[in-house]
Amino acid sequence: MENLAAGPPIITLRGVSKTYRRDTIAVPVLAALDLDVAAGEFLALMGPSGSGKSTILNLVSGIDTPTAGRVVVAGVDLGGLDNAALAAFRARHVGFIFQSYNLIPVLTAFQNVELPLLLTALDRRERRQHVLDVLEVVGLNDRSDHFPRQLSGGQEQRVAIARAIVSDPSLLVADEPTGDLDAASAAEILDLIGRLNREFGKTVVMVTHDPRAAERAHRVLHLDKGVLVEAVRREQP
Amino acid sequence: MTRYLPYILRNTLRNKRRTALTVLSIVISLFLFCTLRTVITSLAASLESASSARLITRRSTSLTFMLPVSYRDRLAQIPGVEDASWMTWFGGIYIDERNFFAQFAVDPQRYLELYPEYRLTPEEKDVFRRERTACIVGEKLARKYGFGVGDRITLRGTIFEGVWDFTVCGVAYPATPDLDTNWLLFNGEYLNQRMGDFGQVGAFVLKLDDPARAGDVARIVDATFANSAAETKTETEKAFQMGFISMLGNIQAVIYALGSAIVIAIGLVSMNTMMMAARERTREIAVLKALGFTDRTVVGLVLVESLLITLAGGLLGAGLARLVFGLTDFTAGGFFPSFTVTDGTVAQALGIALFLGVVSGVAPAWNAARLHIVDALRHTG
Ligand SMILES: Nc1ncnc2c1ncn2[C@@H]1O[C@H](COP(=O)(O)OP(=O)(O)O)[C@@H](O)[C@H]1O
Ligand SMILES: [Mg+2]
Repeated sequence: MENLAAGPPIITLRGVSKTYRRDTIAVPVLAALDLDVAAGEFLALMGPSGSGKSTILNLVSGIDTPTAGRVVVAGVDLGGLDNAALAAFRARHVGFIFQSYNLIPVLTAFQNVELPLLLTALDRRERRQHVLDVLEVVGLNDRSDHFPRQLSGGQEQRVAIARAIVSDPSLLVADEPTGDLDAASAAEILDLIGRLNREFGKTVVMVTHDPRAAERAHRVLHLDKGVLVEAVRREQP
Repeated sequence: MTRYLPYILRNTLRNKRRTALTVLSIVISLFLFCTLRTVITSLAASLESASSARLITRRSTSLTFMLPVSYRDRLAQIPGVEDASWMTWFGGIYIDERNFFAQFAVDPQRYLELYPEYRLTPEEKDVFRRERTACIVGEKLARKYGFGVGDRITLRGTIFEGVWDFTVCGVAYPATPDLDTNWLLFNGEYLNQRMGDFGQVGAFVLKLDDPARAGDVARIVDATFANSAAETKTETEKAFQMGFISMLGNIQAVIYALGSAIVIAIGLVSMNTMMMAARERTREIAVLKALGFTDRTVVGLVLVESLLITLAGGLLGAGLARLVFGLTDFTAGGFFPSFTVTDGTVAQALGIALFLGVVSGVAPAWNAARLHIVDALRHTG
């Protein structure tokens, strides 16, 4: 699929296949898939359950490897990287937003957000400043000492988003980020993700089932039986 | 790793009861280990204080058989022997069987001269030579039971039956602190007379002109009495005590077997704890790896957590042993001259704690390193 959006591609998939192996049975999920995502784009991936949306996110974010084909993200060809280099790539370039937030329950909001910064050379004071800054962005600076169980679902997801952006990655991957939330909280989260895309220039690739969520995207792709079909395209602002 | 410490500490407190029980089991086992090892080091220390400038001659067959007292003069004649004296293990009971301490009936004339490292005044020695029922107590024993000069001590004989009354005529002070003074010596003539002049003694003590010739002299002594009715076995005092200890039932081997069993059992407990702790956290580890934590880092996190738990247990266990035996002046009823938990023992206990930490952390750490992020995120939670 050719990329018509403005800006150079930050994600390029070429001839990507993914086949899972269950015992002796091969389960093909993606076959010879091409995809380009422009820097600064907000892309939504839709499609039936089990169609391989999460698989695409996993390949793009470097937590899974394709059976065949090339994945290039932020100028890095992921095919040539070992585990340690992939970890460094994720720390540097990718912010994860999960459906179930995946915060560490024994750490406060502050400490959860700080986790990615522990991997950097920043000292304690610098880390603290970064964490407070992003908690401000997600509107939770008054909750920094709260533990996840003391927060609502929407607040937990905002902490998770703060964690995703604290090390300033260029790419955010979100797998059904509003799947566990009520409508009001979901709208807040989508507003926040939209803001991160517009104001902070984050490239967003978001998997969603929710048409209202997809409305926020510049482009909506449908994945069905391993084929990506463009459904919607809006002008970038 | 220090920047990860808050997270690691929070992890150890996640299941407080489980962590506490694991630490407690390590505390108990390493306390026991320290105790058992101190038994060995205390015995070894008391051996160290034994002299090799003296030989002990006893019956070749067994310690429980005796030798004719008449051997003394012949022993004193042997070249290389400066002086000879004798003693007999009495094995009496003071009030209650639990009050165990050594009692010897000794040659009143010469025995004290052969042991100058126990300090007595000339007057005390003099009374001991003259008074039939006189006895001398070591300083530790005197302190333990509050014995002083002029006090009466009554022993119930086991080997030599009857009730035996003694009067304390002196308290012996050790020249060096590691010398055992948990004993009582009494005038051997008294024993001889009450047993109907039986003329038998347990062992002879030989003072050597030259300690370097101990081996030669011992051979000559045993050759002298070879093929007689009562053959002898002669060895240095040190070797004699060593033999005495091994006669007590190869304590060392038993202790090492016990110690290993304890450590292995507790190792399984802490291994299980770490496995459970890490398994419950599979999803979290996957999240950390997704955030960019390397395999090495998650291995470190798991290992350090495991080490924190076992080292806490080790420090508490060894510290407790130090404290308990240090404060109570414990001597196992006078069996040990001193019962001190050595630095070496503490170091070994901490070494075991370290070992337990690594062993229990290694499997979960390996699992964490191998963990496939996508599978773990998909299948758990
Ligand atoms: N580890 C795996 N082993 C076997 N099959 C898998 C594995 N992961 C995903 N699949 C299968 O691949 C297909 C696509 O999964 P996924 O990308 O999660 O779909 P989606 O996110 O679109 O619901 C599904 O049929 C799923 O069962
Ligand atoms: Mg999915």
